[in-house]
Amino acid sequence: MSGPTLDESADDAILDVDGVSVWLSGREVLHDVRFRIMPGEFTGLIGSNGAGKTTLFRVILGLQAASTGSVLVGGRPLTRRNPIIGYVPQKIFLDPDMPLRARDVVALGLDGHRLGVPLGWGRRRKAVDAMLDAVDARRLADARVGSLSGGEQQRVLIAHALISRPRLLLLDEPLANLDIGAEGEVVALLARIAREQRIAVFISAHDVNPLLPVMDRLVYMAAGNTASGTTAEVIRPEVLSALYGQHVDVLRVHGRILVVAGAEGPSGVTFEETDGAAVGPDIVALR
Amino acid sequence: MSQVLRALFAPGFFASDPVHAALVVGAVVALVTGVVGVFTVIRGQAFAGHALGEVGSAGGSAAFLGGANPLWGFMGIAIVAAGLIELLGLHRPRARDVATGLVLGAGLGLAALFLYLDATSSSTTGVTVTILFGSLFAVSQQMLPSIVALSAVSLLVLAVCYRMLLLSSLSPDLAAARGVPVRAIGIAYLVIMAVAVSLAAETIGAILATALVVGPPATALRLTKRPGGALVVAGLIGVVAVWLGIVLAYDSYYWPPAGHGWPVSFFVVALVFLFYLVAGAVARIVQARRRRHSEAAPRLAASGCAEHPGDAA
Repeated sequence: MSGPTLDESADDAILDVDGVSVWLSGREVLHDVRFRIMPGEFTGLIGSNGAGKTTLFRVILGLQAASTGSVLVGGRPLTRRNPIIGYVPQKIFLDPDMPLRARDVVALGLDGHRLGVPLGWGRRRKAVDAMLDAVDARRLADARVGSLSGGEQQRVLIAHALISRPRLLLLDEPLANLDIGAEGEVVALLARIAREQRIAVFISAHDVNPLLPVMDRLVYMAAGNTASGTTAEVIRPEVLSALYGQHVDVLRVHGRILVVAGAEGPSGVTFEETDGAAVGPDIVALR
Repeated sequence: MSQVLRALFAPGFFASDPVHAALVVGAVVALVTGVVGVFTVIRGQAFAGHALGEVGSAGGSAAFLGGANPLWGFMGIAIVAAGLIELLGLHRPRARDVATGLVLGAGLGLAALFLYLDATSSSTTGVTVTILFGSLFAVSQQMLPSIVALSAVSLLVLAVCYRMLLLSSLSPDLAAARGVPVRAIGIAYLVIMAVAVSLAAETIGAILATALVVGPPATALRLTKRPGGALVVAGLIGVVAVWLGIVLAYDSYYWPPAGHGWPVSFFVVALVFLFYLVAGAVARIVQARRRRHSEAAPRLAASGCAEHPGDAA
């Protein structure tokens, strides 16, 4: 799927996933995954729950060994604790009494993996303040992280990931559990970071739509299979039907994309089948 | 002023050797359990901590049978139990709870046997009460160097692992991705917790040990939002509870029934619980006042964030 222009600059890829398969307890969770991410690119990893997105992240982070294939990060083979990669995990559930302020969480991004107690307060404080400014979260600096809203926590975790100056930022479902306003703000922030700091952003999501305005490329995942390319290349009925192994339709409504499965064949799709009148009786029957 | 002091400190308090020993041992142990206990609370391991204390009663009673100080028994079996919990516990919280419960049950079974043997061999039930509910005035002076050394080692290990512990308490996934050996750190912490719980068991008894490990830290978390601050405040609250408990227990010698002091452990645990309730009330009042304050001065803080003036929470 990669075009000739990509091959020329392959050596510069910040992430090169080549033919990665992962077997977990007798099941193939990832099958021959291959794609590349270039510096400063904004890439979406789209797929429903259980499609293998988190497993792929764990492979890239060096926490899960690939059964076959190879992964190069910044041109080098994988290691655990790769300083090139910043990581924002799925929603963290924090009790409000957790004794960590936003600034403490960001500071842990600087040296949370080190032994001993932190020294050099002034320098740390300056670096943390600058990073909180960069994600527009300075005013949250002294608030308990457990008392922040979902979107605010995401900003703080993004600052935590960015403070060690990574070149690739992995975010696992950062938009889950956010309201629409916070969703848009987080996406805009990430797009700005990718553009201004030339950090490649690789973000997983189950819905492609919030990412459409900012995404350079996407990796679409279904049942452990993947397709990658630009939105126009990947989000097509032929590509997605092959991926899902069943017929899939792609509907575009006011610049948004709906991926709909389950119809018999390409010609059998009509809007009547999915509108309220047709499904009404089933809903009534369920009561 | 001197009258208040005289009312608080019964005659002979400052001249008594057992009181001196209790004040020193109690302070050292309260400090360590308070500091170590902060991570017990934020890692959600209060049940494991409680189990380690109770299981310790099997070791304490066995040590008594063998003529050794109960502390060594408490600690030996608590560390073994911590290892078993980690080994059986897998990584799911529910499996961990079940493993903890199983180890707890097995340990208490042993305690039932050893305490029975203790009581029959010494033909007194005093030892049972001492093992289970502690007796700070009876802690042997000879144990002081060991207690101080164990405390120092625990605090040192905690200082070395401090940042990794914080990061893995925040999110094990995040810590693992940063290259923190999450499992090893977890085991190291369980061992430190086992030592702290054993020290608490030696002073206020195996069953009440959790009160000292969980109470002051939980109280501190209501009062401070800084990680370092929580450690200091938890340690101080523990020391105050133990010292005040010692004073009241000494005073209670003159309370009814006259001539029989009430147990120190009772006072310590009661004070720990009282402090927790008071801290909750204080936190609520502070919060309410702050809210009223911020409503009076609308959103001046938001001016620090020029790009998104509207999204101040």
